[in-house]
Amino acid sequence: MEKNKIKETVLSVLQDITGTDLSNQMDVNLFDTALMDSMATVEMLLQLQEKLGIDVQISEFERSQWDTPNKIIDRVNGTLQ
Amino acid sequence: MIFFQPYENPFYFFILFIALLPIMISILHGKKIHIYESLISLFFLFLTFGGPSWKQGIALIIYTIYETCLTFGYLYYRKQKNNQLVFYFTIFLTILPLALVKIATAIHNQKLSLLGFLGISYLTFRVVQTVMETRDGVIKQLKLSQFLPFLLFFPTISSGPIDRYRRFIKDYEQIPKQDEYLEMIKKGIHYIFIGFLYKFILAYIFGTLLLPEVQAAALAQRHNFLGISWSLLGVMYVYSADLFFDFAGYSLFAVGTSYIMGVKTPMNFNRPWQSLNIKDFWNRWHMSLSFWFRDYVYMRLLFMFMKKKTFKSRITAANITYILNMLLMGFWHGLTWYYIVYGLFHGFAIVINDAWLRFKKQHPGKLPHNRATKYLAIFLTAHVVCFSFLIFSGFLDKLWFISK
Repeated sequence: MEKNKIKETVLSVLQDITGTDLSNQMDVNLFDTALMDSMATVEMLLQLQEKLGIDVQISEFERSQWDTPNKIIDRVNGTLQ
Repeated sequence: MIFFQPYENPFYFFILFIALLPIMISILHGKKIHIYESLISLFFLFLTFGGPSWKQGIALIIYTIYETCLTFGYLYYRKQKNNQLVFYFTIFLTILPLALVKIATAIHNQKLSLLGFLGISYLTFRVVQTVMETRDGVIKQLKLSQFLPFLLFFPTISSGPIDRYRRFIKDYEQIPKQDEYLEMIKKGIHYIFIGFLYKFILAYIFGTLLLPEVQAAALAQRHNFLGISWSLLGVMYVYSADLFFDFAGYSLFAVGTSYIMGVKTPMNFNRPWQSLNIKDFWNRWHMSLSFWFRDYVYMRLLFMFMKKKTFKSRITAANITYILNMLLMGFWHGLTWYYIVYGLFHGFAIVINDAWLRFKKQHPGKLPHNRATKYLAIFLTAHVVCFSFLIFSGFLDKLWFISK
């Protein structure tokens, strides 16, 4: 899958969950700003699984590696390769 | 021979310091001598579980053999197959000793049962997460020479903080650079000294000096409606302060000692009295426990509920999971009405908190947000928390149900 498509999908998932368009704040910390919490995390992982087919175990979910839109896109790219 | 509870008195710290000296010198020379560390761990375990508590020592040995067999047995199985029922049954077996101890304790009035020993619940957390991560395929290998030091790491054995297997092993095997290690020693000693202030001065003032006084005053007014009195309010504040300083002090000792041993055990407290709401509070109070429940209970349960669409609305699913999660934490504390009510209370508090946060999100800019509302939020949160600690303390049980 091309990178632009992945970025677009991740951003639309995040917008759906947080109610905020994050395309111009790619490095905002989603947990510190309370845009996301553990419930939102579960929703995000489920939607990413549904839309991109990536399978992330909760064990592999380390908050510090998933706390900004850019990092999430990196993780998704990493998993797909 | 003298025996101690961990971090009980200055003499314990004196022995601790002597025992840690060779570790400090060897790490400064770029080496970790695991055999020496293990001997020291065993020695301190002996100081706690030998002598008058020898029965607990036997229970600890049996428990360790049992859980080690289970964990390694499950890994061996998992390399070939991955049946869900086998996983559930393994988790059931790992929790079984703890559950039996909790049930026996509830029946026999707070005395440790035959199987029990100080720290059993904290060891169980470590075993359960190791099995869960093995199931997820994140832990692919276990070595006895790493698993046992993780399970029996003496600084944290009695009451945590609860470390994670992969995180611990990384620190355990890594030798910090000299300047980095000096920084860790500095931090470790700093933590231990704040711990002295918390545990031996503040917890002493609140717990040993003040608490019996206010409790007696509150009991003298038990004929009031529900025993409500100004003294009871005093019990609430004094108990909360004692609980915090006692546990935070202990945690600082445990983290400080770990740092000196070259292991960055996670912190347990992060200014909990500045929390803006209950969810924020659980990100700051007994963090290694609440994060354990978040990662190994809440998120997994919610993931399952949402994936199977057990509940129509996602919010219902999240709310039910919050309550189950906190209820389980209540049960973990012990099988008495006040621990279970404490768990439920926090479950509902989080649900209400979440609804409020959603309401705020849906009405952006319409609610006042300034310094006054911030302090009001901190004040409210602290009081909800202190009230929950009054439930947790069991004092209400004494006040209401136990006759003079």
